[in-house]
Amino acid sequence: MTSELDIFVGNTTLIDEDVYRLWLDGYSVGDAVALRVRSGILEQTGATAAVLQSDTMDHYRTFHMLERLLHAPPKLLHQLIYQIPPSRQALLIERYYAFDEAFVREVLGKKLSKGTKKDLDDISTKTGITLKSCRRQFDNFKRVFKVVEEMRGSLVDNIQQHFLLSDRLARDYAAIVFFANNRFETGKKKLQYLSFGDFAFCAELMIQNWTLGAVDSQVDDMDMDLDKEFLQDLKELKVLVADKDLLDLHKSLVCTALRGKLGVFSEMEANFKNLSRGLVNVATKLTHNKDVRDLFVDLVEKFVEPCRSDHWPLSDVRLFLNQYSASVHSLDGFRNLPKAVRPHLAAPPPLPQRVSPCGHQRGCHKT
Amino acid sequence: MPGKLKVKIVAGRHLPVMDRASDLTDAFVEVKFGNTTFKTDVYPKSLNPQWNSEWFKFEVDDEDLQDEPLQITVLDHDTYSANDAIGKVYIDIDPLLYSEAATVISGWFPIYDTIHGIRGEINVVVKVDLFNDLNRFRQSSCGVKFFCTTSIPKCYRAVIIHGFVEELVVNEDPEYQWIDRIRTPRASNEARQRLISLMSGELQRKIGLKVLEMRGNAVVGYLQCFDLEGESGLVVRAIGTACTLDKLSSPAAFLPACNSPSKEMKESPLVHPPSHGCRSTHNSPIHTATGSRLTQNFSVSVPTLIYTGMGSGSAGKEGGPFKALLRQQTQSALEQRGGSPHRFCRRREFPFFTLTAFPPGFLVHVGGVVSARSVKLLDRIHNPDEPETRDAWWAEIRQEIKSHAKALGCHAVVGYSESTSICEEVCILSASGTAAVLNPRFLQDGTVEGCLEQRLEENLPAGCGFCHIPYDELNMPFPAHLTYCYNCRKQKVPDVLFTTIDLPTDATVIGKGCLIQARLCRLKKKAQAEANATAISNLLPFMEYEVHTQLMNKLKLKGMNALFGLRIQITVGENMLMGLASATGVYLAALPTPGGIQIAGKTPNDGSYEQHISHMQKKINDTIAKNKELYEINPPEISEEIIGSPIPEPRQRSRLLRSQSESSDEVTELDLSHGKKDAFVLEIDDTDAMEDVHSLLTDVPPPSGFYSCNTEIMPGINNWTSEIQMFTSVRVIRLSSLNLTNQALNKNFNDLCENLLKSLYFKLRSMIPCCLCHVNFTVSLPEDELIQVTVTAVAITFDKNQALQTTKAHVEKSLQRASTDNEELLQFPLELCSDSLPSHPFPPAKEHLESASSNSGIPAAQRATSVDYSSFADRCSSWIELIKLKAQTIRRGSIKTTVTVEKTSPMGEGNFRNRSAAPCANSTVGVVKMTPLSFIPGAKITKYLGIINMFFIRETTSLREEGGVSGFLHAFIAEVFAMVRAHVAALGGNAVVSYIMKQCVFMENPNKNQAQCLINVSGDAVVFARESELEVVSTQQPAANCQPACTGGEVTT
Repeated sequence: MTSELDIFVGNTTLIDEDVYRLWLDGYSVGDAVALRVRSGILEQTGATAAVLQSDTMDHYRTFHMLERLLHAPPKLLHQLIYQIPPSRQALLIERYYAFDEAFVREVLGKKLSKGTKKDLDDISTKTGITLKSCRRQFDNFKRVFKVVEEMRGSLVDNIQQHFLLSDRLARDYAAIVFFANNRFETGKKKLQYLSFGDFAFCAELMIQNWTLGAVDSQVDDMDMDLDKEFLQDLKELKVLVADKDLLDLHKSLVCTALRGKLGVFSEMEANFKNLSRGLVNVATKLTHNKDVRDLFVDLVEKFVEPCRSDHWPLSDVRLFLNQYSASVHSLDGFRNLPKAVRPHLAAPPPLPQRVSPCGHQRGCHKT
Repeated sequence: MPGKLKVKIVAGRHLPVMDRASDLTDAFVEVKFGNTTFKTDVYPKSLNPQWNSEWFKFEVDDEDLQDEPLQITVLDHDTYSANDAIGKVYIDIDPLLYSEAATVISGWFPIYDTIHGIRGEINVVVKVDLFNDLNRFRQSSCGVKFFCTTSIPKCYRAVIIHGFVEELVVNEDPEYQWIDRIRTPRASNEARQRLISLMSGELQRKIGLKVLEMRGNAVVGYLQCFDLEGESGLVVRAIGTACTLDKLSSPAAFLPACNSPSKEMKESPLVHPPSHGCRSTHNSPIHTATGSRLTQNFSVSVPTLIYTGMGSGSAGKEGGPFKALLRQQTQSALEQRGGSPHRFCRRREFPFFTLTAFPPGFLVHVGGVVSARSVKLLDRIHNPDEPETRDAWWAEIRQEIKSHAKALGCHAVVGYSESTSICEEVCILSASGTAAVLNPRFLQDGTVEGCLEQRLEENLPAGCGFCHIPYDELNMPFPAHLTYCYNCRKQKVPDVLFTTIDLPTDATVIGKGCLIQARLCRLKKKAQAEANATAISNLLPFMEYEVHTQLMNKLKLKGMNALFGLRIQITVGENMLMGLASATGVYLAALPTPGGIQIAGKTPNDGSYEQHISHMQKKINDTIAKNKELYEINPPEISEEIIGSPIPEPRQRSRLLRSQSESSDEVTELDLSHGKKDAFVLEIDDTDAMEDVHSLLTDVPPPSGFYSCNTEIMPGINNWTSEIQMFTSVRVIRLSSLNLTNQALNKNFNDLCENLLKSLYFKLRSMIPCCLCHVNFTVSLPEDELIQVTVTAVAITFDKNQALQTTKAHVEKSLQRASTDNEELLQFPLELCSDSLPSHPFPPAKEHLESASSNSGIPAAQRATSVDYSSFADRCSSWIELIKLKAQTIRRGSIKTTVTVEKTSPMGEGNFRNRSAAPCANSTVGVVKMTPLSFIPGAKITKYLGIINMFFIRETTSLREEGGVSGFLHAFIAEVFAMVRAHVAALGGNAVVSYIMKQCVFMENPNKNQAQCLINVSGDAVVFARESELEVVSTQQPAANCQPACTGGEVTT
């Protein structure tokens, strides 16, 4: 006796959260059944393995049919075929677009192309996430990217509107899209200690302050591309290190303001020139695409690592950076800058939230 | 009464990409009604076209309005080649033809293609202007309302229940026409869908005409079925109960009183079934049956084998007496027909009612289940306009049913239904119902007022009257074990009752009910034509007998004594017959406690064998005890002395033959009088019987927190919360062809059903505590080794805590009431009626029930009365089982009352609120509930919008790509649900009640990567409002009404 056909269709589509998770994680029906058996569900419910198998198959089939709609979530809301309560719809979408930290760190900043997709095998082996799940996550990134690129308006809003994601998830996707678009290098060994959250934090600040959208909210891709003009203007910062008087003046301003407030004051004072040069060099090189990609590597090399070697506490780094950027405004040459450039200067370079591997969180250092 | 049909095509959305180059579609729409076609402009390059067309107007006869569906085709315009069809929408405009239902159809309809399924949606607005024209000779029956619901619809009251209406129309099946060889599968499917739509429209119109002839205005319990006879054609047939309904005035509709039938009854000289008053002698509970009934020596429905063209033939080896009988019947039928050649009169010769629940007082006694089957050979229907052969077949069967009912001392049949099973050219026609005695008062013509009948009401003991036998105790039509009623101790009752109706709302039940199924397979040799038909008709009596025995055993194992909603389905396949009987078992307080089951061995000397036997016996006794606990069956103590030992005295033992393989010689020696004993004796003399016992014991009860029944409501549960989940589950298994024996088959089939149930319990575990109601199993044998089981049911949650309280209250009250006298009891419901209803926390029915249950005390000695079985043949093919139906009820039905008392679950409430409060927030599609029940828990149905009757065909030539057979059917059923919901929403409704999937024919050819499926569903589109909502808005009732309409409106925006 073999079961040829076995289906269950409810007027309200039944969604089993546990099975959905297993499906999203890319387990085969067989594996999913085994995992469910291990969870002790048979004992709780008195069901047999055959029942579990049939149930799992059924849910998998449903999810498979729903997947097409999940690719364009508004369709899920308007379709008539599956009657699903709104709360369940939201859950389906949110979970479908959720991603694994380990996975996103592997592809963050990479081009979302076929080439990268081929590497998913390796990523799967490395992270222990099933290839199926890797594909889903990768395709999600790519799909969101495709939909929102060349679109007007706020990136987060666009994502939210077209994919009906929660605010938090939409922000994460905005970061992923932003990183993929600008191809920031995040995979170097030096950057491994940084989490996706750290990068997402930076991305948000950069979107707010460095993109076209920061000046003009009516252009395509406004939140995705860096403002070329702004990057060009950053070149002007070179005087901060090139002009020795200005450098000294800047240093004295910072030191005066921070004296007694910094635990690592003497180290800072000794290193000011190096640190300032590092930061300014990173900023002035950003007109080259390659250097833009290496932004985070450079920041870590030129600034984070020196600080770390001197054992700066997080709070001191924050104080220093705030003062470093604030003092610039009182310098002679900068007072007369065109107004349009000012807001950009107000924003200090983005720095990963964490400067040391032990993971001190650095709060918002925007002034 | 011609009319003007107006159609407007508004917009489309989610259309498929038809032009690969541009990834877009140039869509336009054809609107066709009858022979007139209109077209919209092409809306170029869009997947969401906005046509916003003018109003297309069709001026048509109302006859066409009733028959024809509105056909909307969406196409992709192609400059160079033929336009490609995207899909179609068929809209039945019948609901627009009577005033009280929908006034406009407006909404998003899924665009359906028989090859690709749903492909986008289209927004359509349809209106009808009818011109009044009272043409006496009209062919249309606009205005007659149709209901699938098998009880009086909730916001109506029955003025008169006229009786049975039936009609059938036949046609050639387009699938089998020569043209089918040259046309595409799509064209063929569409031709079929359209034809069936036309035929059901025509059928409905014809039935409507009959209703008008009877001066009714509605059909309740309308059941329409398709017989796909293959080569020989397509039959669409329908039965129903003609009524004159009155809409309850609006404010009343919102009060629980809406269905207080007691009130109705007083003000209306109700109902007159067409049985010519021949049974009017039954105005006393004690029936003096005429001797003639016994001389008929019979209460059997023989599967008569009748070859087409030959008239009636023999019924196999035990044919002798039956043949005679049959002749007699046919003769009488002919006489009657001759005497009254008028169609109208002929129809009235069948006092049948398709209703399964009745206004209180309608039923006096119930005699038992009557059924008839007949095996026919199909041949081509030569003249579609003269469907006489099929008509004659059914007339024959109905005649038989009628005579069975007479034999039981009953003049009417209630809970009546008809079905067919077709395999190649063999067709089994089946009809079954419950023989009943109706209140004579209802038998009068509306004009004649009888004061005599008033007395009857008072004479009838409330709560148990329906259990009392309608036939003469001394001349019983079949052997039964009679005792005095445990409730009133005045009348005789049988030991078990089988019925096809729902449990009367006022019946006194102890504990809860449960789903009981008998399952059976019999192998049959492959044969052709007559030989095949003979083989089948020879097997049928054995199957019926076996099914009956299984039901009996299982009922006893559950410790219960009555079955409601019994439905026996016999399915014929190439090489086997399947029998599946489903019913809901209950413990009726008025009937005696069922005895146990006794196992007897054949070789008593063998010690180990004995031990084995006693071990089995113990297991059975344990199971019975466990079941009693599980279903809370604690009959009052007085019955203790009566129950006695489950093992009867040796001399009383009767043996029950299990196996069908015995030769007829043995048959004559058998003593089959199990009916007269306390206990059933199972003799396990062969492995066959052994397995039967095993299978008895392996039926696992549902997991805790689950209950199941196949009736509308679960006896013993009355505190439903509002969460419901209707579902359809389909399973097909392939039997290994090697070792097909009857036992292996039985086991496979049994496992199939049991596993299916287990899966359902598992899937719905999040709803616990809940009850699966209206569990409807359908078996079909699509191919040689395939068995297909389709289940549709609804899971309803209930409040466990409240249930406990109720039981407590129950016990307390029954204690209080223990001393109450019968006479007092009779008065008290009347008083209740005058009370303001909402002030009663519990339905009076319950209180009454309690008092009644405490009232059974009967000397054990009196139970001994019994009558022997006359013959094996009698027993085995007879489907006449005893029951009673409680007679007069002066109270209102407890369903409705219960509903009002309930609190709605916060969740459902929330949903509703959400929708009304912030329609745009969660955007989109209004929720449409579907349920096979006639009500929605926690809600009031405020309006019936019309019948939904839809037929779909889906075919694929890429089965693997669509996820194999499971993927294909899963998607199709989901699409069918979607289309039903869309139509209901477009009518302005928010639920379908009495939903039924009448047909799900699935055929596959995996080698060719093809599959095809036909589904036929029906139900009543309604508007309901949550009770919590109603309380708020009941004063401004229009608000409540517009609520769902708004939801519908949302969809269009």
